[in-house]
Amino acid sequence: MSVEFDIAETLDVKGASCPMPVIETKAATDGLVEGEVLEVLATDPGSVSDIDGWAAGTDGVELLKQVEGEDVYRHYVRKTE
Amino acid sequence: MSTDIQSEAGADPSPEESPPSRAELAARVEELEDQLATVTADQEPTKVALIATKGTLDMAYPPLILASTAAAFGYEVTVFHTFWGLDILHEEHSADLKLSSVGNPNMPVPNVVGALPGMDRVTTRMMERRIDDNDTATVGELVETALEMGVEFQACQMTIDLLDYDEDDFFDGVTTGVGAATAVQDMAEADIQLLV
Repeated sequence: MSVEFDIAETLDVKGASCPMPVIETKAATDGLVEGEVLEVLATDPGSVSDIDGWAAGTDGVELLKQVEGEDVYRHYVRKTE
Repeated sequence: MSTDIQSEAGADPSPEESPPSRAELAARVEELEDQLATVTADQEPTKVALIATKGTLDMAYPPLILASTAAAFGYEVTVFHTFWGLDILHEEHSADLKLSSVGNPNMPVPNVVGALPGMDRVTTRMMERRIDDNDTATVGELVETALEMGVEFQACQMTIDLLDYDEDDFFDGVTTGVGAATAVQDMAEADIQLLV
């Protein structure tokens, strides 16, 4: 599956349930530099709403896209500052 | 006399009343921009103050999940643990929290059966298995994660003494020697306050 932006890092949180997908996404974005994009692979159906809400309420990150696959949810988060 | 003053003012307007020059306006705008930048820079982070009072396996999760998630938002989080909530921060007890088999009508066993000896152990083991199967973090893992993220866990001194706990019983990084006034102060300063 291709997306229209470069992915700096991929975080695999398949199997993890709330609150770990958000916690690990936060930790992974801390390690990025401005402009880089993190790809998050999750199986938790709650991750769609949670990563959206986290990105909206958190300074320095932007949710670019969420893709619902057959059994994996892909989230693309860009570090903005 | 009043007419004199009026006519004087009308005839000779004071310098303050003359329209400001373009340069004065530009200087004023610059001054306000500087002030705005200071205000924006001084903006404090969102604060969250939680109170954790329960020490059963099910009730240990909500404050830990909310605290670690709020920390992921970049919020400043304090959790004040009192009474059985202390067991969440107790290194040994936190690994052995129980689920009550009575008092919850949603449990798969009727209260009269749940009250039998050993039933708490059965329901606790059932819940532990589900936590494991579901890849849900354990209470200890969540405490450690939240501490690493900068959450301040406070253990109420009065209940430490009341339950005869020792300061060394708690996870490293837990704040002891605090009381209700600390909790009230944190709540007063917080944007979100919640008792669990």
